Amino acid sequence: MTATDQVQATTAPGTPTRQRDKRSAVQPAVYIVKKLLALVLTLFVASLAVFFSRFLVPGDPARFLLRGRSPKPEALEEITRQFGLDKPAWEQYLNWLGGILQGDWGRSLTYRQDVSDVLLGRLPTTLQLVALAAVFITVLGLFAGIAASLNKGFGDRFILITLTAAGAVPPFVAAIALVALFSVGLGWFPSFGSGDGGWDRIWHLTLPALALGITYIAMVARVTRSSMNEQLLREHVEVATSRGLTRGSVVARHVLRNALGPILTVSGVLVAGLLVSSAIIERTFGLSGIGQLLVQSIDRLDFGVVQAIVMVVVAAFVLVNTVVDLIQPLIDPRIAAGTESR
Amino acid sequence: MTLAIRLPQAGLRRYGSLLSPMAWGALAVAAAVVLLSLFAPVLAPYDPDYVDLNNVLAGPSGQHLLGTDALGRDLLSRLMHGGRTSLLGPTVVVIGSTVLGLLLGLVAGWSEGWLGKVLGRLFDLLFAFPALLMAMLAIALFGKGLLAPILAMTIAYVPYVARLAQSLVVAERGRPYVQAYRVLGFRTPWVVLGRVLPNLIPTVGAQSTLNFGYVLADLAALSFIGLGVQPPTSDWGAMIEESRGALLGGYILPAFWPALVVVLVVVAVNVIGEELSDRIGGKLS
Repeated sequence: MTATDQVQATTAPGTPTRQRDKRSAVQPAVYIVKKLLALVLTLFVASLAVFFSRFLVPGDPARFLLRGRSPKPEALEEITRQFGLDKPAWEQYLNWLGGILQGDWGRSLTYRQDVSDVLLGRLPTTLQLVALAAVFITVLGLFAGIAASLNKGFGDRFILITLTAAGAVPPFVAAIALVALFSVGLGWFPSFGSGDGGWDRIWHLTLPALALGITYIAMVARVTRSSMNEQLLREHVEVATSRGLTRGSVVARHVLRNALGPILTVSGVLVAGLLVSSAIIERTFGLSGIGQLLVQSIDRLDFGVVQAIVMVVVAAFVLVNTVVDLIQPLIDPRIAAGTESR
Repeated sequence: MTLAIRLPQAGLRRYGSLLSPMAWGALAVAAAVVLLSLFAPVLAPYDPDYVDLNNVLAGPSGQHLLGTDALGRDLLSRLMHGGRTSLLGPTVVVIGSTVLGLLLGLVAGWSEGWLGKVLGRLFDLLFAFPALLMAMLAIALFGKGLLAPILAMTIAYVPYVARLAQSLVVAERGRPYVQAYRVLGFRTPWVVLGRVLPNLIPTVGAQSTLNFGYVLADLAALSFIGLGVQPPTSDWGAMIEESRGALLGGYILPAFWPALVVVLVVVAVNVIGEELSDRIGGKLS
């Protein structure tokens, strides 16, 4: 099954098969600068794509931006002025990009507020939700993966089958199932709202975070399992065992540490996936975060807000991937030196 | 001492012996769901949109095998008809992204110069846009429904196929048979399309099979949050959304059936995809 796991680990959606340039990166400074340049370039091209997506819609852009509202002449004039629609496309783009870099993200049509203010107001809920999901993913995913890899035979089969099933449950189905079981059935957790902060907040966010994380709990567990299995067969583990170290310390210091690389590699995908799926989960549980804002803004045809959120999620994905690339050599110096390819 | 060499059996029989019982089970589930959905107009016991307010939220019975929803509509019939929309989307996306991805991957893998590098960068960039996010951006641009997300997800899944095809082509390019064709003076398009492409199909097919499950889940999620298929068209995601009120009131079945079908189909597709990549992947991964 190891082969399967690796195929799975490298081809799940959002998992880019990253190419590592083996010749570069001999010197840390060169490695860091290269990664940062790639980051800036990717963000630049992504911003082009997000901005110019609007130009795919045929017809008058002012009328597009005001869809679903009564397009009075003064409103059309106002939107034309605000977005600079009468200017050439490249100038509109530069203004938009300049605005974003200076924290001016435009105004929301529905909220009649600055987009940045709307986003900032919604950010804490989403961050708390994603953070709690990340905790569940790390704890449950690592635990299940380690347990599977250390219990050969029935335990491994059982955990693996459970993981295959769990990995196939879409977050929105998990949300419904958790609500049916723990809110309606047992009444342990609330099914709606985000609570008052502190423990109440965590209590309210438990079911959403579990639903949000289920796919990735399975994914992290599978990656951990196959990565651990690979490490357990290595010579240095055998040496550590024959030196008489306890099983716990062999696993913690010699197996798990080396197994962390592939787990870290998937974390970029994980963050982006969590942010996107939070749109569905937040809506299901009535949490007013960025994800719910995205769905509402699509519903209410508030394109400026949609554009901003898409840009934020893409930027988060690219940033996390860069951070992962920069951290990995610290855990495993062979990556920067280009002697070990994962 | 005799030396027996077991040659692989020819044709389809070989695949029969290759698949595990679990994969056969998955194949049976998938086939059953596809057939029931495909022939829903003939097989479904009721009109999926027929409202019977005297018979709401009924449990399974002889008349309604799976029960009825909050409007008294027959759940089995809605499931079967909903399957048509729920399966159509992923089918279109998978076929589109596989064809496009194969083409781009072939070009990227075959050209050793700047073109391959540029395309590689493009695939990397597309990876930064999660499929669901791209679908939501498309809906914001072109309006609700299935068309916009299907187009967006087709593009979003291209890099998964293209990147794989590219790496496979790079590997094939160096193999003796390709060198031989080149030396013999065969034209490049003939070698690439006629001789290299068939070697990519199994691996790419495995990847695309896995993609089918992800796309199905994402499109169902979009319908669930009201951005995808619009009522009264039935769709598994939309059915779950419609049943939330009943669920909070303690009636689990109307939400349970579509959820079960979604999970069953995704599991079946994953099992088949993994089995395929297991069988052929040995030499690749």
